[in-house]
Amino acid sequence: MTDNDVAVVRPKQRSSGAPPGPAASAPSPSPERVRKRGGSIRSRERWAALSFLSPWLIGLLAITIGPMVASFYLSFTDYSLGYGEWVGGENYARMFDDPRLANAIKVTAVYTFVSVPLQLAAALLLAIVLDRGLRGMAFYRSIFYLPSLLGGSVAIAIMWRQVFGTEGLVNQVLAIFGIQGEGWVSHPDYALGTLIILHVWTFGSPMIIFLAGLRQIPTMYYEAAKIDGAGVMQRFWSVTLPLLTPIIFFNLVLQIINSFQSFTQAFIISSGKGGPADSTMFLTLYLYDQGFTQFDMGYASAIAWLLLAIIAIFTALNFLMSKFWVFYGDND
Amino acid sequence: MTETPTPAPRTRAKQGTPAVGLKRFVFHLVLIAAAMVMIYPLLWMLSASLKPIDEIFADPGLIPSSWEWGNYADGWNALPHPFEKYIWNSMIIVAGSILGNLVSCSMAAYAFARLRFPLRGMLFAIMLGTIMLPIHVVIIPQYILFNNLGWVDTFWPLIVPKLLATDAFFVFLMVQFIRGLPKELDEAAAIDGCGYWGTYLRVIMPLCMPALATTAIFTFIWTWNDFYSQLIYLRDVDLQTVPLALRLFMDSTGTTNWGALFAMSIVALGPIFGFFLAGQRYLVRGIATTGIK
Repeated sequence: MTDNDVAVVRPKQRSSGAPPGPAASAPSPSPERVRKRGGSIRSRERWAALSFLSPWLIGLLAITIGPMVASFYLSFTDYSLGYGEWVGGENYARMFDDPRLANAIKVTAVYTFVSVPLQLAAALLLAIVLDRGLRGMAFYRSIFYLPSLLGGSVAIAIMWRQVFGTEGLVNQVLAIFGIQGEGWVSHPDYALGTLIILHVWTFGSPMIIFLAGLRQIPTMYYEAAKIDGAGVMQRFWSVTLPLLTPIIFFNLVLQIINSFQSFTQAFIISSGKGGPADSTMFLTLYLYDQGFTQFDMGYASAIAWLLLAIIAIFTALNFLMSKFWVFYGDND
Repeated sequence: MTETPTPAPRTRAKQGTPAVGLKRFVFHLVLIAAAMVMIYPLLWMLSASLKPIDEIFADPGLIPSSWEWGNYADGWNALPHPFEKYIWNSMIIVAGSILGNLVSCSMAAYAFARLRFPLRGMLFAIMLGTIMLPIHVVIIPQYILFNNLGWVDTFWPLIVPKLLATDAFFVFLMVQFIRGLPKELDEAAAIDGCGYWGTYLRVIMPLCMPALATTAIFTFIWTWNDFYSQLIYLRDVDLQTVPLALRLFMDSTGTTNWGALFAMSIVALGPIFGFFLAGQRYLVRGIATTGIK
């Protein structure tokens, strides 16, 4: 998970102007608070630290690391509530001839790799437009941000299901133009599309991160480019975009990780079944189905590790590819 | 990309000249149109919650022909319990989560930001790593654990992890905030005889109010919206929360009482919208400094 750590810290590094690097993710050592006051005071500080950290440490061991280890073990058993035996790699072998799992991977991948770029493009476009400092900017920002605040809730998924239903808002509007729409959420070819649109609709939070990033770009770069005769588009391509690539990268990593874990919207839109015809069966839904409906928890644990592996691989790939397009040249 | 900025982004559009005025007018027009498209589904649901049922799927407009406040009464009583029961259940979990996150995350954050102890760098890295850990990887053993403790179908599996600072994102948020506070304050407190707990309680916490507010608001919104873990741990009909009740409502009504279902959806979104209006400052700051949701 160390790759992710760097991602989380990066925006803070940028704002403080520190050169990026993994070393910066560790807290800087505090100045010598108890210098030359003897070992007993230092050990008092350690005991204090232990007591402050104890809830977190217990949580880390009991709620996070313990279950992680247990999950890995379970993935080699046929555990089902209260009873299970070691089956070796059987669960993992079973994945290779499970067409529903293959389909779930495909659905999740399509969802992620279509919706995330669209969402980030919308976020970037609106951030650049709003960054002009127009009157009413705060108002627009709020309106565009609101959907991403509400987007994860069941109520919004219910709304979406109706908006894209046979007689829903979309088809009512299409009817005005004389177009007969489909029942989008109940059609296997379109149901995933409605979820993608829902994801794009929540572009508000990456937009806010982009806005914060745009504010970090020093005005002098634009002034220098202007003096050199750069036009609007050229300033965008040669100044704004390169300097924004670390933020784009950060949003990309974050959104890909998040969207692989999407659950609620697909669950509600398909009444928990991932339908129609498994067309909205995300990996997370399949995991829920195997683990908490069929109670095949061994296989579900194996799926969980598959999910983690997929996320880790794409995050690692993201970091590898970032060398070719992310620009960190601003350490003067 | 037709709307790329004409003046350099930092300089405001010049006042006066008609060409600039027209450009700005078009600009606002486009933005307002985009904003309308974004919030129209929400307005549509709000208006549908007040429309007669036969009108919801016939008229895409926003003004109901007659105002059906009865949809709200119908929805409120459509499920085995009146809807306030579900709101109450959600509120218990939300209150416990907020309390847990405020106390446990701020304690851990103080240690990471101010105290020196062995393995600090490594533990900090692990803490950051857990932010990104998918819940799906740990949910099954967690379920088995809580099941063995007899906690399934209680609120404990939803509250206890918050008391143990498992929402590491907030630890990170507060570490960032505390590091921004001047260290001289701690030193002054130490000279005045404050121990670590005294410094934490009397110096750091009062100054952390903005970070605590951000934590409380985000915890509220995430817990109120949370569906996955509530779906897994709460199966008893007496313990259903607002998201679970909505799901039950949707799956049980089939295609009959949409007005009432929308009415309860609006009720469910109400508190989030309220926080959006009241606490936007904290929300925006939380996102801009740490970059999550």
